[in-house]
Amino acid sequence: MTEQPAIVARDLAAGYGSRAIWTQANFAIEAGSFTAVLGPNGSGKSTLVRLVLGLLPPASGVIEVLGEAPRRGNPRIGYVPQGSNFDPELSIRGRDFVALGVDGHKWGVRLTGRAQVENAVDSSLTSVDAGGYADRPLGRLSGGEQQRLLLAQALIGRPQLLLLDEPLSHLDVRNQQAIVQLISAVARERQLTVLLIAHDVNPLLPHIDHVLYVAHGKLAMGEPAEIITSASLSRIYSSPVEVLRDSRGRVFVVGLEEEVSHPHG
Amino acid sequence: MGDLFHYEFMVHAFEAGTVIAIVAGAIGYFVVLRGTAFAAHALSHIGFAGATGAVVLSLNPIIGLLAFTLGAGVTIGALGSRLRERDVTIGIVLAWTLGLGVLFISLYRGYATAAYAILFGEILGISTTDVTVTLVAGLITLAATIALYRPLLFSSVDEDLAAAKGVPVTALSIAFMAILAVAVTEAVQVVGVLLIFALIVTPAAIAVRFTCRPGVAIAIGIALALAFTWLGLTIAFYSPHPVSFFITSLAFATYVLVRLAVPFRARIRRIAISPTA
Repeated sequence: MTEQPAIVARDLAAGYGSRAIWTQANFAIEAGSFTAVLGPNGSGKSTLVRLVLGLLPPASGVIEVLGEAPRRGNPRIGYVPQGSNFDPELSIRGRDFVALGVDGHKWGVRLTGRAQVENAVDSSLTSVDAGGYADRPLGRLSGGEQQRLLLAQALIGRPQLLLLDEPLSHLDVRNQQAIVQLISAVARERQLTVLLIAHDVNPLLPHIDHVLYVAHGKLAMGEPAEIITSASLSRIYSSPVEVLRDSRGRVFVVGLEEEVSHPHG
Repeated sequence: MGDLFHYEFMVHAFEAGTVIAIVAGAIGYFVVLRGTAFAAHALSHIGFAGATGAVVLSLNPIIGLLAFTLGAGVTIGALGSRLRERDVTIGIVLAWTLGLGVLFISLYRGYATAAYAILFGEILGISTTDVTVTLVAGLITLAATIALYRPLLFSSVDEDLAAAKGVPVTALSIAFMAILAVAVTEAVQVVGVLLIFALIVTPAAIAVRFTCRPGVAIAIGIALALAFTWLGLTIAFYSPHPVSFFITSLAFATYVLVRLAVPFRARIRRIAISPTA
C-alpha cells in the first residue's frame, strides 16, 4: 500500500500528570484497515482514543493522525464515545442528535442550510438503516438502535477515520454481530479506517485486519491469528497468558486481567 | 378584565412576569436536558444569603442575589459534569448559605417583610425601573442562550462527543450556569427563591413529555410558563391569596395531569420491549 498510514505512533507514551498509563508504543494503522483495540479494563484503551482525538496530549513521543498532529474537532474523524447509553428520560429525537454531528459545534441556531443538513441526516440514517426510529426519543430506543444512531452521527461528516469506543458493550450477541457487520460493510464501501475498542474479540474476528493489544503499560500490534496466541501474548507481556478456544471456535484470553492497577481507562 | 390593568402595579407585574416567563421557559429546557434541576434550585437558595446580606449592607437585594447566584453558578459550572458528587457538594453549600441568610435576617431588625418577599416573591411590588432592568436582563439571557444554542444542545446530549467535536464543554457549562444565575435572579422577583422550580423546571419538564423536538419543547415550555404566570396573576388579583401560590399550583397541577395522561402509551411500549426493566 502506497498510501500513508492513518495513524502512526513513534515512541508514544500516554499518561495523566506523572502517572504513566502506557509507554513505548510504536505502531502504524494502515489506511482503510479495520483494527480492534483489545485489552483489560483500565489498561488505557480509551486513553489511546483521547490521544487520537487530540483531547489529551502525548506524555512523550509522536502521534500522527491522517498525516497531521491530532487536533480537537477534526472533521475527518468520526467518533462514537464510550458508555453512550442515553438516559431513558433524554427527550430528543434521534434525527436531531444526528444533525448535531453536522453543525452541533457551531455557535447560534441553524438559520441557513436547513435542507442540506436534513438531506445529510437522511442519507446517513439510511446508510445505517436507522430511518425507521429516527423520529422517536433517543432515550427510549434499544441499545442496538442507539448504536446505529451514534454511528449515523459519526458517519455524517464523511470522515476518513472512525473511532468507536466500546460500541458493543451494551449489546446482546445478535446485535453485536449486526453492528460489527454494519461497521465493516460501511467501512469497506467508503474505504474508512476503523479503530474499534472492544472487550471481546469474538464478534470482531471475521471482520478485523489487525489487533492492537493494550495491557500492562504496553501496546502490541499484529494480525489476529499471530498475536492472539498463548506464546505471543505471554512473550509480549512477560507473564503467563493463555489463549483458549472453545468448541465453537470462540477465543478466550486468560491471564491479562490480573495485576491491573489503573483505576480508569 | 378591564380593572385588571387599571392598576399600575398589575401592569408592571404582567410586563415583568411575561419577560421572566419567556426566559425561564427557554432556559428551563436546557436545565432539564442537562439534568441540572437541583443546581438551578440551589442557585436560588444560595442567592438568598446574597439578597439578605445586601439588605444588611443597605444595598439593593437584587445585587446581592445576582452576585451570589453568579458566583455559585460559575463554581458549579466549573466543577464539570460529575453529577453525583456535585449534588452532595451543592447541597452542603446550599445548607450553609441558607444558614448565612438566617444570620443576615437577624442582623437586620424589622426585616421580616423583605425576607418574606425574597423567599416567596413580590411580583405585585415591581417598579417601572424593575421592569426595565428585568427586560434588559431578559434580553441579555435570551441572546446568550440563542448564541450558545447548538453547542449547548450538543454538550447537553453527549458531552464527550461534543468535546471531541471541538465544543469547549467546560467553558460552555460555566457560561450556561452564569446565564441560569441571571435567569434565577430575575425569576426570584416573581416566585421567590423557594419556589423557583415552578417557573424554571416545571414548564420544561412538562414540555419534554409532549415532544422530543428541541425547538418545539422550548416553545411549549415558554407557552406554559407564560400561561402559569398570566393565569396566576389574574386569579390572584380576584382573590386574597398570594400570586406565588397560584403560579406554583397551576404548574404542579399541569405536571401531575400530564404525567398521568401522556406517558401511558410510551410506558406500555417500554414494558413490551424490555420485560426486565
